[in-house]
Amino acid sequence: MAATSAPPAAATIDLRGIDKTFRGRRGGEVAVLRDVDFSARAGEFVSVIGPSGCGKSTLFKLIAGLDRADAGTLAVNDKPLDPKDHPVAYMPQKDLLFPWRSVRKNVVLPLEIAGVGKEEARARADRLFPLFGLEGFEDAYPFALSGGMRQRAALMRTVIQERPLMLLDEPFGALDSLTRTDMQEFLLDVWDEFGHTIVFITHDIREAIYLSDRIYVMTARPARVRMEVTVDLARPRPLDVIATPRFAELEAQLLHALREENRQQEAAR
Amino acid sequence: MSETAPNATPALSPPVKPSAAGGGYASGAPSGSGRAAALMRLAPGILLPLGLLLVWQLYCSWANVDPTVLPTPTRIVSQLFDARQIAWEHTEQTLKETVIGFCVSVLVAIVIATAMDQLAWLRRALYPMLIASQTIPVIAIAPLMIIWFGFGLLPKVLLIVLVTFFPIVVALLDGFAATEPEAMDLLRTMGAKRRQAFRLLRFPGALPNFFTGLRISATYAVLAAIFAEYVGAFHGLGIWMSQSKSSFRTDLVFGAIGICALISVALFMLIAILARFVMPWYFAARKGR
Repeated sequence: MAATSAPPAAATIDLRGIDKTFRGRRGGEVAVLRDVDFSARAGEFVSVIGPSGCGKSTLFKLIAGLDRADAGTLAVNDKPLDPKDHPVAYMPQKDLLFPWRSVRKNVVLPLEIAGVGKEEARARADRLFPLFGLEGFEDAYPFALSGGMRQRAALMRTVIQERPLMLLDEPFGALDSLTRTDMQEFLLDVWDEFGHTIVFITHDIREAIYLSDRIYVMTARPARVRMEVTVDLARPRPLDVIATPRFAELEAQLLHALREENRQQEAAR
Repeated sequence: MSETAPNATPALSPPVKPSAAGGGYASGAPSGSGRAAALMRLAPGILLPLGLLLVWQLYCSWANVDPTVLPTPTRIVSQLFDARQIAWEHTEQTLKETVIGFCVSVLVAIVIATAMDQLAWLRRALYPMLIASQTIPVIAIAPLMIIWFGFGLLPKVLLIVLVTFFPIVVALLDGFAATEPEAMDLLRTMGAKRRQAFRLLRFPGALPNFFTGLRISATYAVLAAIFAEYVGAFHGLGIWMSQSKSSFRTDLVFGAIGICALISVALFMLIAILARFVMPWYFAARKGR
């Protein structure tokens, strides 16, 4: 891809000893995160996998500044995380494109909120459209787009914020497997182009291996880091990397760990 | 009794109009076969009321019903036509009250609903009162309004607001509450303040609900205006009905009812058109599905 906009300086993120407990209305307590350590280097692609309901999304909310940890430290570029600096661009599982806004207006939404002028916001969006393969759909309403296109528009809305850290919460979870594979390749292209630090939540072990530099496997609730796997597959990764023995080895290792945690999570219910 | 059948349709067509409007905005561009299909869709809505009017007409003539008890449709139309000057004066007054009252009501409803959405304590404080306000019997409060505020415009507007603002407030609050929490989170990560989130997400998201509330309220608005006039006014279809009834002009009572129905339908259609104008995305998405 041709360079079309200045890549934002990537950021490091460092979480130490994070605890989070939710208190129910009737006084019940649910410990969600227990002593979680987590970090990503500048420009690194890190995935988090774990049993469903284990607290991955809670971890994300803490990093995104939507919630506060009960204990522990969060640092971005070695400074305590200040949500007011907005170092994090967040992409949720649902595309959450607003049906009353055209694709372009959806994409410039974060710029509008940040008070960027209309002309500049539009120019920045129009530079991204060809890159995201959505040329010609600028003025379409989201309902007219396919699932993959909607997800690309949502990713565009995340990238346009030019923040050094991107949090992607199962962004391709609702797509069919072919579209999903396309989107994974596409995401790697985007990452290559902009050089963000990316933290990625997924259920899908293959997706995690294919995309990541490193993978954190979380335990059943309360979630701790069970293991940390470095994906030592060369980049750029062609799609057929999934047929290599090393890929299969990593997959088996992760599958084993995840199944054990899943069983514990089920038993706890 | 003058038999002017062709003239019968305009004044007595209210039951026809709503279905015509319904078919009208459901159908697309009028191509040759498309137009025929649209006509087929409209046909039942036109034929049924026409048939009922015909039965009414025939029954009255054959059974020789006293016109002060039940006038024939043709008599209603011809008498209304003869009284068109005075009918228009009353219609104008009722129209004025309805439009002013409804507009005030919509503004009040938007302000109240917005404040209730943004301030939880206000919502908790106001909700019971709003529901209670709907249990006030209009039949009891309307004469009191005359005592307090006289025979002018004010008591009519107040009564219309009282009757119509509630469905709009409830529709808006439901719409606000249906906002996806994930979307609110997303806006927060973008740095949106509460007010921005309301303007960019909660309010536009509630628009379809808002228009549903508007349509319900619009029909009540005319009814409330008529009622307010009925208990005391100088002009208006309500007081005209009351006077006509007292002088055994049953035909003019029916005529006034027909005009009321027409006003309701017109208001309803106006709101449907406004909805298309304000939410083109909503109708485009429905059509696309």
